[in-house]
Amino acid sequence: MSKNLRFALPAALFMVMILFLGFGLFSDPRERDSMALGKPLPAFELPDLYNSERLYTPQDFTGNVTILNVWGVWCVTCAVELPYLTALKEQYGVKFVGLYYDQDLDPDFGTKTLARVRNEVTSMLNRLGNPYQYQIFDVVRDYSLDLGVTGAPEHFLIDRNGNIRLHHIGDINERVWTHKIKPVYDQLTAENNPAVINE
Amino acid sequence: MNKWILTIVLSLTISTVVAQQSNEASGFNNETSVAENYQFADEQQRQLFLTLTAELRCPLCQNQNIADSDAMIAHDMRRKVYQLIQQGNDEQQVLEFMKSRYGDFVHYQPPITPYTVWLWLLPVLFAVFALVMITRKQRLPETTDIAAKLAHADELLKREE
Repeated sequence: MSKNLRFALPAALFMVMILFLGFGLFSDPRERDSMALGKPLPAFELPDLYNSERLYTPQDFTGNVTILNVWGVWCVTCAVELPYLTALKEQYGVKFVGLYYDQDLDPDFGTKTLARVRNEVTSMLNRLGNPYQYQIFDVVRDYSLDLGVTGAPEHFLIDRNGNIRLHHIGDINERVWTHKIKPVYDQLTAENNPAVINE
Repeated sequence: MNKWILTIVLSLTISTVVAQQSNEASGFNNETSVAENYQFADEQQRQLFLTLTAELRCPLCQNQNIADSDAMIAHDMRRKVYQLIQQGNDEQQVLEFMKSRYGDFVHYQPPITPYTVWLWLLPVLFAVFALVMITRKQRLPETTDIAAKLAHADELLKREE
């Protein structure tokens, strides 16, 4: 083995290892895209949070670009982002739909009544702003499981045909909106927009 | 060199023993806590539930199975596993159900793909490479040294003459 190679080979291996570990150091281990990404919304039939008679299905998502926001009053980060989401709704007309799920209405050890959950939601939205056009109630949290949700808040950007195009774990703040969500949102709103095609 | 090899082998054995012990400890934990909220038709279903909750990984926590975790998502997944077992799904079907939602991350036994195969290959390759380097390095200098010494001795002898 030549002398050069004897020096170069370990050096190269060392560099590769440094790069590998460096990427590992700066990557976010919680960053995992939902498996539902790029696919149509999984089938569901769930009631409105305030009206158990009104049932929603994926059909309700066709026609508009929607941000489906998985949240609950027990989630601190959700409370933090509510004012910003409300501002987005007012500023850009973003259509937010809530997918509400409650911890204490737990089938395993539930203690709350639906009426109390509704009261809590209303009072929180009155206090912090209400970005939602309507809220779907994930009764036994089955649907969150189907979407690959791991906690709250999580956001799914859904195109006009009901396909999930972007998944964001964590809150939407100004930075996330400008750098991650807005570019895709703008693209989706421009995509097969009936208003644009008619012109 | 033998000493080194012995040290390495010993330390590896010790760490696997420790790992096994801690696995057994957590396995014992599962038995007592996880299954007691659920009613099973027979012992076989109960065992399947325990196996599945032990090998499914909580997607929120970084390294806990859903039997050990108290996160809400782990509660939900345990309930789903229970439901799926009640509906007559076997182990593979439950795993497929979870993987189709949470990806390969959710199972503690990753599939072998072009990306993950290196986890098994690299250590072996490294060991082989190291072995080659060690044996080579020890042989080469000796032979060249002896040859050089002989040549040098010959030269000295010639000069004497």
